[in-house]
Amino acid sequence: MSTLVDIRKLHRSFGGPAVLDGIDLTMAPGEFVALLGRSGSGKSTLLRVLAGLDTAPAQKLELPSRRSVVFQEPRLLPWKSVIDNVALGVRRADARSLATQALADVGLSHRVDAWPLTLSGGEAQRSALARALVREPELLLLDEPFAALDALTRLRMHDLVFELWRKHHPAVLLVTHDVWEAVALADRILVLDQGRFIKEIRVDIDHPRRRDDPRTSRIEAELLRELGVEPLHA
Amino acid sequence: MADTSTAGQTNATNPVAGPAPGRRSGRKLANTAMRLASPLAIILVWQLASMTGLLSPRILAGPSDIIATAGRLVASGELINGLIVSFLRVLAGFSIALILGILLALVSGLSRLGETIIDPPIQMLKAMPFLGLLPLFILWFGIGEAPKIGLVAFGTVFPIYLTLHGGIRGIDKKLIEAGQTLELGTFGIIRHIVIPGALPSLLVGVRYGLSVAWLSLVVGEQINASSGIGYIITYARDFLQTDVIVVCLLVYAIMGLLTDGLVRMIEAYALRWRPEVIA
Ligand SMILES: Nc1ncnc2c1ncn2[C@@H]1O[C@H](COP(=O)(O)OP(=O)(O)OP(=O)(O)O)[C@@H](O)[C@H]1O
Ligand SMILES: [Mg+2]
Repeated sequence: MSTLVDIRKLHRSFGGPAVLDGIDLTMAPGEFVALLGRSGSGKSTLLRVLAGLDTAPAQKLELPSRRSVVFQEPRLLPWKSVIDNVALGVRRADARSLATQALADVGLSHRVDAWPLTLSGGEAQRSALARALVREPELLLLDEPFAALDALTRLRMHDLVFELWRKHHPAVLLVTHDVWEAVALADRILVLDQGRFIKEIRVDIDHPRRRDDPRTSRIEAELLRELGVEPLHA
Repeated sequence: MADTSTAGQTNATNPVAGPAPGRRSGRKLANTAMRLASPLAIILVWQLASMTGLLSPRILAGPSDIIATAGRLVASGELINGLIVSFLRVLAGFSIALILGILLALVSGLSRLGETIIDPPIQMLKAMPFLGLLPLFILWFGIGEAPKIGLVAFGTVFPIYLTLHGGIRGIDKKLIEAGQTLELGTFGIIRHIVIPGALPSLLVGVRYGLSVAWLSLVVGEQINASSGIGYIITYARDFLQTDVIVVCLLVYAIMGLLTDGLVRMIEAYALRWRPEVIA
């Protein structure tokens, strides 16, 4: 199997103990990986290195050149309309029509000309998703993109992300606190703790995955234990 | 879904909002009338004092005389010519300050080295009462246009520099990061993120700078002017024409208000993305 991301012995510290203590990570093209871990375990730190926003020493750091990021906040430029935000990083003559298509893909055709500050939280996050996807990334980095949304909107976003992933098939690294989010979407789930991956679970269950499926429940319970939470109904 | 929620909103607010606007605008009108009452009374007393000879026109001309003089000065073209000259001085000085202030703020806002070099001297110069520099300006530049334009530019450059510099420093780092992930490059980040993000602050500086510019002009024009509003004032002073002086002061005030209004219009357009402007 070919690899898209190949990282060996990645280290990162901010003066104190190492936040990332020799991490190895490989990802295949089109693979959907979810990254779980307690708050402060270094998930965002790893993602920022992958995004190129941070530099860290590693034995090997092989990344695709086309990468996109969606953060917890939409980070849209408030002085540009939604479509101008989406078209911003696209250096092609047909940038606007690509952006229009990307916004249609996330169900925002009616908000194309809106100002970002007038969007709802879910709409803003969908715009950010469109802005990331319009660049046709090989690697899509998502740092808790739905954490600030209400539970209902979040479930809809899961479906949307899954659909978009099916359609464009980028490799995805999804950082999340939501164990069900990881189980519902990912091919593989990693748990980060004390600078290392302490758990790796492959999820070989067909989509759409149901929460009352005993197989998903078992994985959820296992992950919760790994994160130091004893599930009530384990 | 969006439709129903809007409809729900209108339904919910209508019965409450319905009678309110009428009452509110009525109260507003009464309020305005009350606020106008006292200035009107002052003008009336002023006029009566002038008519009865209590207030000598050598001290202060009466309102009716001032209006008549204004009409005469406008009709003769004197006022308009003076106004054009004065306006061009403000325009020249302000433009110099705008370009200089923006350049300095960009250099010092975008690079640590630039800030170390540029910011301390500007902070020191800022502490200087710049209107007091006029004698020096006259020594340096003579008595032509240069000292007047120079004074306007010097006074105006500080508010523009300071606000823009603050605006650039205050830009959300997260947006810069977003720009990096979009591979905008340094130039693209400056163009798409830094400049538009600092624009609100710059416009505040421009408005404040304009008021400083007119103030500097008033001071600069009192000395050795041979044209412009300041010249008309100096001339009127020599002939004890208080009515002309008041007219000229009013013109300064009106020009200040008009230029401020212009910047406000630019502001409303350029910052239309802000929710308070949208709402
Ligand atoms: N720029 C920085 N300077 C100093 N310390 C940092 C910096 N960035 C991260 N850290 C530290 O590194 C550790 C990991 O932070 P990180 O943001 O990666 O955690 P996280 O797993 O994303 O947490 P959360 O789930 O709360 O987002 C934390 O202890 C944090 O304080
Ligand atoms: Mg984080």
